[in-house]
Amino acid sequence: MAISRDDVAKVAHLARIDLDEEELKLFSKQLESIVEFIDKLKELDVSGILPTSHVLGLTNVVRPDIARDSLPGEAVLSNAPASSKGHFLVPKVIE
Amino acid sequence: MKLWELTAHELLKKLAHQEISQEEILSSLSKRIEEVEPKIKAFVRIEKSKGFNGLPIAIKDNICIQGQPTTCASRILEDFKPPYDATVIRKLKDAGFTIYGTTNMDEFAFGSSCENSCYYPTRNPWNPEYVPGGSSGGSAASVASGEAIWALGSDTGGSIRQPASFCGITGLKPTYGRVSRYGLIAFASSLDQIGPFARDVEDCCLLLKVIAGHDQYDSTSANLPVPDYRQSLGKDIKGIRIGIPKEYFSLVKDSRFEGIDKEVKIVMEEAIAQLKRLGANVQEVSLPHTEYAVSVYYILATAEASSNLARFDGVQYGPRARGAANLIEMYKRTRQAGFGHEAKRRIMLGTYVLSHGYYEAYYLRALKVRTLIANDFAGIFKDFDCIVGPTSPTAAFRLGEKIQDPLAMYLSDIYTISVNLAGIPAISIPCGFNKAGLPVGLQIITKSFDEEMLFRVAHCYEQATLWHKMRPPI
Amino acid sequence: MYETVIGLEVHAQLKTKTKAFCGCLIEFAAPANSRSCPVCLGFPGSLPVLNEKVLGLGMRTALALNCTVQKFTKFDRKNYFYPDLPKNYQISQYDLPLALGGFLEIEVQQVKKRIAIRRVHLEEDAGKLIHEEDASLVDYNRAGVPLLEIVSEPEIYSPLEAYEYLTALKAILRYLEVCDCDMEKGSLRCDANISLRKQGTKTLGTKAELKNMNSFKAVRDALSYEIKRQKEVLEAGDAVLQQTRLWDALTFKTYPMRSKEEAMDYRYFPEPDLPPFVLSGKEITTIQEGLPELPSALKQRLISQYELSSYDAAVLTNEKALANFFEACAGLYPKAKAICNWIIGPLNYELNSRNTSIAALNLQPESLVSLIKLIEGQRVSNLAAKDILTQMLNTGKSADELMKENDLAQVSDTQVLDELIGKIIADNPKSVGSYNSGKANALMFLVGQAMRLSKGKANPKLVQEMLKKKIEHIFGSFKEGNP
Repeated sequence: MAISRDDVAKVAHLARIDLDEEELKLFSKQLESIVEFIDKLKELDVSGILPTSHVLGLTNVVRPDIARDSLPGEAVLSNAPASSKGHFLVPKVIE
Repeated sequence: MKLWELTAHELLKKLAHQEISQEEILSSLSKRIEEVEPKIKAFVRIEKSKGFNGLPIAIKDNICIQGQPTTCASRILEDFKPPYDATVIRKLKDAGFTIYGTTNMDEFAFGSSCENSCYYPTRNPWNPEYVPGGSSGGSAASVASGEAIWALGSDTGGSIRQPASFCGITGLKPTYGRVSRYGLIAFASSLDQIGPFARDVEDCCLLLKVIAGHDQYDSTSANLPVPDYRQSLGKDIKGIRIGIPKEYFSLVKDSRFEGIDKEVKIVMEEAIAQLKRLGANVQEVSLPHTEYAVSVYYILATAEASSNLARFDGVQYGPRARGAANLIEMYKRTRQAGFGHEAKRRIMLGTYVLSHGYYEAYYLRALKVRTLIANDFAGIFKDFDCIVGPTSPTAAFRLGEKIQDPLAMYLSDIYTISVNLAGIPAISIPCGFNKAGLPVGLQIITKSFDEEMLFRVAHCYEQATLWHKMRPPI
Repeated sequence: MYETVIGLEVHAQLKTKTKAFCGCLIEFAAPANSRSCPVCLGFPGSLPVLNEKVLGLGMRTALALNCTVQKFTKFDRKNYFYPDLPKNYQISQYDLPLALGGFLEIEVQQVKKRIAIRRVHLEEDAGKLIHEEDASLVDYNRAGVPLLEIVSEPEIYSPLEAYEYLTALKAILRYLEVCDCDMEKGSLRCDANISLRKQGTKTLGTKAELKNMNSFKAVRDALSYEIKRQKEVLEAGDAVLQQTRLWDALTFKTYPMRSKEEAMDYRYFPEPDLPPFVLSGKEITTIQEGLPELPSALKQRLISQYELSSYDAAVLTNEKALANFFEACAGLYPKAKAICNWIIGPLNYELNSRNTSIAALNLQPESLVSLIKLIEGQRVSNLAAKDILTQMLNTGKSADELMKENDLAQVSDTQVLDELIGKIIADNPKSVGSYNSGKANALMFLVGQAMRLSKGKANPKLVQEMLKKKIEHIFGSFKEGNP
């Protein structure tokens, strides 16, 4: 399965990473060989096999609708790269 | 003997008899750190603070400690100070432990050599030109070098066991759900577990007892009582049925993977002979889907990772790229600058396998093969008490040796990966050395929530040999 | 030429105390970022744990909407990047949602119709974005609040039907007490999908997704505008673009949303941090049996039990509390029609002018009934009674008390009235003459004068009768040729 530089660019956009040209080409090669390797799985017959999303077999895990302390505002913003008036600040979002 | 050379259980005895004080233990460790840390670089942070009043422990840099930088050895979390403690940290603090340092790792736990850290690579105390293993390389190296009595690491595909094996110490990956993941910065949510590194099996037992248990903050945490693991120590293994998977010793059909190293094979054969001498009933078994485990892992783990790491975007924490023209540019540049190479590769692979049109061919199919792998183990555990094999196909490799070929690196996880996929527990204990004097590890695997079996077999083997008493020549 | 096809997606905030996956309190208008914790902020290392009330409220709603609750349901991650989404994925449900296949009955211009519901699923809400001049601000208080998403089939064929669908849905959600349904506070949100197709054809046209409508009226207006817009596009021979459009309540138009220009790839996969949920048949049956009487059933019952008109019953059942109040009053006094009129008339007026609800008003059914008894017993006039009602609500005093205090007791004493009438007739000879010549209005004028003079206390019916008699008597005696 060929993965072109453009395919990589599309995935990089989905993942919101600004890969440079060198990386786009390198990842194109590396991803291609990794995907070729994982394609091995096609050899197996998985008809009738149920997928395992959770190994433990737990179900119905819930917590009661009881309040727990929220973090104080300063703690919430303590790592913020930019904040203003108790809010996180980001570049203008255009809708 | 210096205090830093003793095991925790030996130190606890001395403390109980008031022969030593906690300050003395820490002081001894501090001197040792001063001595060897420049060569080993196991730590990313050492707390020089006051008021230590508990048994010291080192923590891998991906477990949240309130108010202290927790960075996963990544630039994108530079200076991030979590406003909360991970559940295991809370348990350690409640039990009177002192956290005096955080250890180096592969960035976001992506790696098997500790070379992917944004800081520096950690060195193997047995030979500083070699890697300590990964991703919990720093924790393993610190325990092996005497800079830590014991440490916590995390294991998603072998990240505790393989470095334990490379560094000649004991490392355990508990059953999935045995230890809370709340506060462990996630790599692959359905595979991650926090686990102990220690100098011997008894210490490992003690530490697991402290950190294990149900957590109401973790929906995937098992609501089962934690046994007193020390009860498993000192038992014999007469008649214990041990399975040796034939696939582990044969060549894997891939040009990039040479299979088990000849010298490791020899050490393993002697270790297995030792188990037989101790009375175990050893037989060959088959894990037919072994060769597919790496593929399944690299689909599931990277897919989950790509989603778990989406939150690192410069909005709430971490360094943000300056001067971006708009939001999307800010995201892209922040993540480009903040993530290392391996992290980017895994995020890309994970995003790819989940993207439109590929979900069924890769992710869904991998989930099904995961069932097959889990069934392989379940089938064996009907007739066997545990499975034994090498932790890694090789002993430690040189720094820089494997970093250029990601696939070769991935394939070296072949013995440890299936265990995470099945969610079962496994321990790695030292069982010898190769000709270059590097440690070789023995992995014991058993069924869910039967860590007692692991400790029983491991302790019995350990007490009949001297590998756990050997110390690196630094 | 063209017919309209509409599908509605409604998001309802569930009325739990705490958020879906953590213990933060849900509080509208709390100071920014004061109701958040590592979990709802998506801090590294945090994990979700489902609030047990969320499933129950979701199931109740699904059953009330006639859906089939799925016995096995799970959460999935919906992955996309946005600053109001702390983890850059939303915990939602994809292929195994809570419920499938229900319907909502609506009434449009007296015609009943069923709108099929495709699915009902659970998900977490995002934070709030506030846009400033050069930047945007983010508040995560709302992040993690549990939402129920209700998706209709595209079986709504006009903006009016959409309006009725939303009204009916709101009534049910409020009856179940699962949601406040306050669109201004954002506890109920609606997105609409709309397309046109040539009349008589079956395939759906290209749809536009409409967002940012802050009231049911806005939904109706936006849909009306969009029909016009799409019609113009099609008639010009162009194709309608599949896009998301925002409603602008100032210009009364929709505009394409710039940030959603590409098709989103959400890369759904099962949420590994949340084990799945297995719901037993017994649990589902228990919830089904515990459902309260729903608006349409209640309306039918009021019509048949109390012989109310469809319109009256509809107004009463708009709010369950109002209907309950009505029934409580009717239980105390068997004049259902009078009670109904007083509730949907003067009492409703009071509720609206005070901008409050029947529950907050603290009016007891006994109190209203005692007032109505005074009217029915002709002890006070209608006008006086309205005044008494206002004062009852202001002071909490009883109707009887207030009637005495304000001297509003209706005067029906014929001797007193006789004197009054005599004065009115003497003071208004012209009107008396007009009435006699056939102007009916003149009588009403005289009655009005009597009411004015008596400060509203005279019994108007009696006054009218007595006036008529007296005037006729006066002119009658002339007719009989008396000098």
